[in-house]
Amino acid sequence: MPDELVIDVRGMTKRFGRRTVVNDIALQVRKGEIYGFLGPNGSGKTTFIRMLCGLLKADAGSGTCLGSDVITGSETIKRQVGYMTQRFSFYEDLSIAENLDFVARMYGLKDRRNAVERSIEGLGLKDRRDQLAGELSGGWKQRMALAACLIHEPRLLLLDEPTAGVDPKARRDFWDQIHDLAARGLTFLITTHYMDEAERCHRLAYISNGNLLVHGTVAEVIDRARLTTWSVTGRDLNDLSRRLRETPGVEQAVAFGTMLHVSGADERALEQAIAPFRMDDYEWKQVRSSLEDVFIHLMQTSKASSAE
Amino acid sequence: MSARPTFSPARLRGMIVKEFIQMRRDRLTLAMTFGIPIMQLLLFGYVVNSDPRHLPAAVLMADNGPQGRTLLEGLKNSTYFDFVREVKTEAEGRSLLTRGQVQFVINIPPNFTHDLLRGDRPAVLVEADATDPLATSGGIASLPAIFDTALQEDFKGPLAYLAPARRSIDVRVHALYNPEALSQYNIVPGLMGVVLTMTMVMITALAITREIERGTMENLLAMPVRPSEVLLGKITPYVIVGYIQVGIILLAAHYLFKVPIHGNLALLLIGAFVFIAATLAMGITFSTMAKNQLQAMQMAMFVFLPSILLSGYLFPFRGMPQWAQVLGEILPITHFLRIARGVMLKGIGFQDIGRELWPIVLFAIVMLTIGIKRYRRTLD
Ligand SMILES: Nc1ncnc2c1ncn2[C@@H]1O[C@H](COP(=O)(O)OP(=O)(O)O)[C@@H](O)[C@H]1O
Ligand SMILES: [Mg+2]
Repeated sequence: MPDELVIDVRGMTKRFGRRTVVNDIALQVRKGEIYGFLGPNGSGKTTFIRMLCGLLKADAGSGTCLGSDVITGSETIKRQVGYMTQRFSFYEDLSIAENLDFVARMYGLKDRRNAVERSIEGLGLKDRRDQLAGELSGGWKQRMALAACLIHEPRLLLLDEPTAGVDPKARRDFWDQIHDLAARGLTFLITTHYMDEAERCHRLAYISNGNLLVHGTVAEVIDRARLTTWSVTGRDLNDLSRRLRETPGVEQAVAFGTMLHVSGADERALEQAIAPFRMDDYEWKQVRSSLEDVFIHLMQTSKASSAE
Repeated sequence: MSARPTFSPARLRGMIVKEFIQMRRDRLTLAMTFGIPIMQLLLFGYVVNSDPRHLPAAVLMADNGPQGRTLLEGLKNSTYFDFVREVKTEAEGRSLLTRGQVQFVINIPPNFTHDLLRGDRPAVLVEADATDPLATSGGIASLPAIFDTALQEDFKGPLAYLAPARRSIDVRVHALYNPEALSQYNIVPGLMGVVLTMTMVMITALAITREIERGTMENLLAMPVRPSEVLLGKITPYVIVGYIQVGIILLAAHYLFKVPIHGNLALLLIGAFVFIAATLAMGITFSTMAKNQLQAMQMAMFVFLPSILLSGYLFPFRGMPQWAQVLGEILPITHFLRIARGVMLKGIGFQDIGRELWPIVLFAIVMLTIGIKRYRRTLD
């Protein structure tokens, strides 16, 4: 059944006091899918994930996670989910092997010793097995946390900013591994701030101020934003971008190396806005909006609407 | 549908193993395990070893015989007493005591010599100002020996037939102002209760808040572990700490302070186990209620004061007002003190201990139940 839904929830809502932090979010994630969860800090991503695995009580919402009721079935869900917290939350005063052994015991693994050894070897942690977790660098901590989340062979992994503070090579390895696991049928919900990582997701959702604004594949998200983007090269782009930003019709002018991306939601208005600058010194070209252009656009428009 | 996992001994073992490793690596725990009993023993040892001498005393001498005079000489030769004066009446002696000019009044009765020679075991009444029991206990304890040594000389020759009758005098001490006359015998067993309360409650009160503040709680909650497993797993390793402390204090009691252990040591250790369990249960329950480590510490202090004041450790239990006695009866330390003192000093048996054990067990069960109920399963 290729379209089996691992996460299928709607109306998920969480309030802290009078603040609604997650507002009526619906999400569907299929088996074997890598689903990206994006949005600025404080938009409610962590809160949403915590509701999925029963760490926070939802104020409203319904649906299923791994076939169990997302509101009442959290004990069953917990046993089949691997949750990697945003902040490292294993025991810094235990060694890698001790941490893994503890997790294996908590899930009541039958063949505990072997499971721990396999996990240590599989992640190339063998040389460091007796090192205290608190002494590990960011990249190693992340590897250990992932190993610990996988040890009980979960069907769904919830990874909350797993690559924050990790170097590019380690990030690349991490994502290769995630694609391997997904190919074997594991499902992932991953939050990230990196655009390259977002582009490696099968589908993604963008959330801002607790509202889910768009979701779909990368191409769908870009198309749905209906954003027009021009790129321009030439001399003194700094000055140009400053002047463009003050022009009505231009939402953003962002430098990408020697190039400037100028975007706006209204195609006609944008064309009028850049018309005075289409001189010999500059080379203008209409391009496909990048994911980053779209996200910045979403962030600005949602900020503007929530400020009203 | 979402069957909550049943209690799993294997998961409990996992929690215990983890907590045990953390306990071993925690410097603070190590420092408290050895530091608190040693500090308390030193404080106390200082007081006891000061064993004051040259205490002012008055004598009411009503006997004219030679042995009365021998006693007086013996007292003067001992370094415990300095004779301020001889008094003529009991009232005069009492007024000196009241005004604090003397610590003791020693009454040698009329016909003392006569009675002694007849083998009648005459009584010598010692009135003592026991406001500070530690100050008087040394002198009082040494009195019979001082008398015996003094009379030894007289009982040579024709009176030798009296010599084997040791304690030929009946020394009657009348302790004024502090009738229970606490002594080191009383305090050392009590110290055990106080040290255990202090350490056990302080260490475990931090247990849950530490997980929260280090961020590890989020992970723990995401795993299928029951509150009872977490709480029991967190307190079990500290039973070892408690027993180490009991061991330190018992060794000190025996070798440093020469406190006799009249009863069965195994009984004392059983009592200690139940008491340790109850204090740990109390600490972990505080931990489930505290918002942060500071609050947990304040709660620990909150029980510490009544434990010292209302348990009979510092003040005689019978001397407290009714309401204080009722509060005291609730505290496990009150019952443990009775067990410890009873076993060590009076050699009481299992039946007597049982009477004090069940209130501690009840307290532990109630505390743990509250803790399990209060343990939060979510981060809300
Ligand atoms: N336990 C809590 N109590 C009160 N407010 C909270 C709590 N947890 C999160 N928040 C608030 O909810 C908002 C969303 O937080 P979070 O879900 O962590 O966002 P994100 O993971 O997207 O950065 C933030 O403004 C945060 O301050
Ligand atoms: Mg977050």
